[in-house]
Amino acid sequence: MSSWPAETKYISHPTLRVDAVPKVTGRARYSSDIQANGWLYGMILRSKWPAAKILSVNLDKARQIPGIKAAVVARDGAFNVRFYGEEIAAVAGSTRQACLDALRAIEVKAEPRNEFAVNENEARKDDAAQVWEGRSNVAPGRSREHGNVDQAFGECAAVIEGFYTTPVQIHNPMETHGNTVSWTDEGVTAWSSTQGISSVRDGLAGALQLDQSKVRVITDFMGGGFGAKFGAGAEGVLAAQLSREAKAPVRLMLTRFDQALAVGNRPSSFQRIKIGAKADGTLHAFEAENYGTAGIGAGADSGGGGGGADIPMPYLYPVPNSRVKQSHVAINAGSARAFRAPGNPPASYGMESAMDDLAVKLGMDPLEFRLKNDPNEVRQREYAIGAEKFDWKAKYQKPGSSSGPVKTGIGCAGAAWPAGGPSRSTQGEAQINPDGSVEFRLGVQDIGTGTKTVIAVVAAEMLGLKPEQITVKVGDTNFPPGPGSGGSTTCASVSPTVYDICQRGLQQLQQQTGIADARGKNWLAACKKLGVTPLVVHGNWIEGLSNRPAYGVQFAEVAVDTETGLVTVKKVVAVHDCGLIIDTLTLESQINGGVIMGMGYALYEERVMDDLSGVVLNPNFETYKLPGIADVPEIEIVLLNMPERGVIGIGEPATVPTAAAIGNAVANAIGVRVGSLPITPSKVLAALGKVPPAAIT
Amino acid sequence: MNDPETAGVGSFSRRTFLKGLGTSAVAAVAAQTTAVAAELEKVNAEKIVGPGPVPVTLNVNGRKLKLQLEPRVTLLDALRNYSSLTGAKEGCDRAACGACTVLLDDTPIYCCQKLAVEAQGHEITTVEGLAKGDKLSKVQQAFIEKDALQCGYCTPGFIMSVTALLKQNPHPTANEVKHACAGNLCRCGTHPHILQAVFQAAGVKTTGKTEVVHV
Repeated sequence: MSSWPAETKYISHPTLRVDAVPKVTGRARYSSDIQANGWLYGMILRSKWPAAKILSVNLDKARQIPGIKAAVVARDGAFNVRFYGEEIAAVAGSTRQACLDALRAIEVKAEPRNEFAVNENEARKDDAAQVWEGRSNVAPGRSREHGNVDQAFGECAAVIEGFYTTPVQIHNPMETHGNTVSWTDEGVTAWSSTQGISSVRDGLAGALQLDQSKVRVITDFMGGGFGAKFGAGAEGVLAAQLSREAKAPVRLMLTRFDQALAVGNRPSSFQRIKIGAKADGTLHAFEAENYGTAGIGAGADSGGGGGGADIPMPYLYPVPNSRVKQSHVAINAGSARAFRAPGNPPASYGMESAMDDLAVKLGMDPLEFRLKNDPNEVRQREYAIGAEKFDWKAKYQKPGSSSGPVKTGIGCAGAAWPAGGPSRSTQGEAQINPDGSVEFRLGVQDIGTGTKTVIAVVAAEMLGLKPEQITVKVGDTNFPPGPGSGGSTTCASVSPTVYDICQRGLQQLQQQTGIADARGKNWLAACKKLGVTPLVVHGNWIEGLSNRPAYGVQFAEVAVDTETGLVTVKKVVAVHDCGLIIDTLTLESQINGGVIMGMGYALYEERVMDDLSGVVLNPNFETYKLPGIADVPEIEIVLLNMPERGVIGIGEPATVPTAAAIGNAVANAIGVRVGSLPITPSKVLAALGKVPPAAIT
Repeated sequence: MNDPETAGVGSFSRRTFLKGLGTSAVAAVAAQTTAVAAELEKVNAEKIVGPGPVPVTLNVNGRKLKLQLEPRVTLLDALRNYSSLTGAKEGCDRAACGACTVLLDDTPIYCCQKLAVEAQGHEITTVEGLAKGDKLSKVQQAFIEKDALQCGYCTPGFIMSVTALLKQNPHPTANEVKHACAGNLCRCGTHPHILQAVFQAAGVKTTGKTEVVHV
């Protein structure tokens, strides 16, 4: 069995991001920066109706706009649209302004449906307008039960019931979805802003009825995805069709408005939880009913990531008697897609809130209560380390007991990401040149997590070189296939693969050159002996060097102004493990990012739909609020390095427990639970009885 | 009895409105409204450009960029799509995200909200103009060393905001840095490292609080 070296020079140390220079100088070419020769702008006309039958689409007048080179319909013949923003047609032209003019010139004949449902609690009613004709909006629920729940609640010393809700969250990567696509006689080349070059390649080939070998997808740099950018997408297929018609490359990037409507979101959740424990604090009975919406579909367009509305329940803590019912509700809104740790942040918020509410009823310290019920040894350890660092014991006060109008509080929550782990089919190659330079080529993509840096670090360690001596090429389907960057799988997939490539390379160098150990100081001499022909070695993911899952715990401290309702997060301590750490620097960045995204989920983010028009009311950054630099608290990170476990990803677990920890800190500060994310000032004031609560309709 | 001409809501009467326009306008109204339009048209005639493409000269990073642009083309569109300067990014196209931040005579602006024709005659600096050859600016170097970037899409905008700040205020406080970066959004959540990078660029030593526990 292979194993990682015990002494390391680069692995588990901080290494500067290898592609930072092009990013800070503006030389990095993102998909939205591609200026292919003779390129055109592409734009999409979207439905202005939340539900309508599109009878015909006339592109004639659009084609006559000066500068317009192509116009295509999204679907042939009459078709139904089921959400405001569904694709109807697309145009390509030589200027942005020509395209804007052309979109206005497209004539659409439609029969709008007067009835539609954009609110999950309306859509659940028997007389609600059907999103899918002839089908109930409420999917047949799934139920699970074990033990004897009804009897068990009778045996509990304390029982609480709570209603915990989480909103639809929009991914909002800084670079919107889109591609530059060039369709020539040789085939299709797409520069995609994607997390999965292979899935885009296969998706385009399928939709365009081309051989997969005729489609090449390139992603040198991309501006974030968070789960929403796996497939070719309607926008990718339309860009290709426009390119074919225009006989020119087409760059079709979505607008920020489009991004909020049509390319994914995290489903909402409405969790009714009843939970009970025995007098010693042992969880004994759990009952939950949850529903949420994934828009028009339960992740139908999620490109392989679980975009459904179901969540893991009961989360983290085993309860001997439990009954769980879940269903999802269709509404006239864009489909959900995988979103960083699908299902887990809402599950964490519901369960961890209920845990704290029950701890209060039992009169127990919520941390003690968790330690009592969490069977996971790693998290037990993380809680111990984190509690000391955070100074939990000294800081903990009974809920609502902080004095003055600005009250402080603390909370904690645990995380798991059970679905992580490697993609075992990952492959890659290295070209070792006679001058000693070496290039690694893997068909993965770096979505900002530092995948290129991980490859350089592992290769440098194994070959006895410096990371800057390694040339890394990723983001091209012409390279050996790699996994999509999702589910915290990439690091655990590429690290063992690079290890294998290096081992094979060293073996072959030995055979070809007779130099027993070509590493380090012998590297150049060995390479020279190759003569004029570079050595190309292929490698695969191998067993024993990676693992799953990752765990984590986070502690939050907040200040709540009880006169304005404003919540300020003062401090977060994040304790995480991810097996063998590859690069502490980029790992730290990713955990910061997870915490900050979780903070947005806790306090600011929520898609708001308009019942009257069916449109997303906050499709831009003025009204869909992301955390800004002034909102970000002090974040202290503790990394557990566990080399013997092998490499594990961190992207998902870092964002799972933040919202729950902040929610618990708010409840601890003000002495009452705000059972609904985001925890806005108005909800805080309502919980304090200072303003009337907003009804969930 | 009210003078019909002064009857109005509150103090804002027709008379004060006309007064505010100045004597020539009052005279014009007295003569005929259409005459005003004619007069205005005459005055504005020399300034009207477009709607077709017009020659535009931009001073970008010390070089002259000569373009033919419709007057409705923004500075962001001109840089990204009529030249090869794609460093300024489009994140929202409505002055909300800051990814398009460039310097206009040392003032950071959202160039998605500036028409290219209006930017003529000003010194425009984009992220491509910060390094001298291979030598990165202090801010760029600090962003690399503190890993103040992940996907990197918002990075040029942050770097421009920080560059402007440090020119004006070489030793900012944390709150001043936060204020200067309040108009820039980052979805990867790189903010703590950005703060560290700004201090490093300002010559202040910072250390992260991350701790690695070997288990």
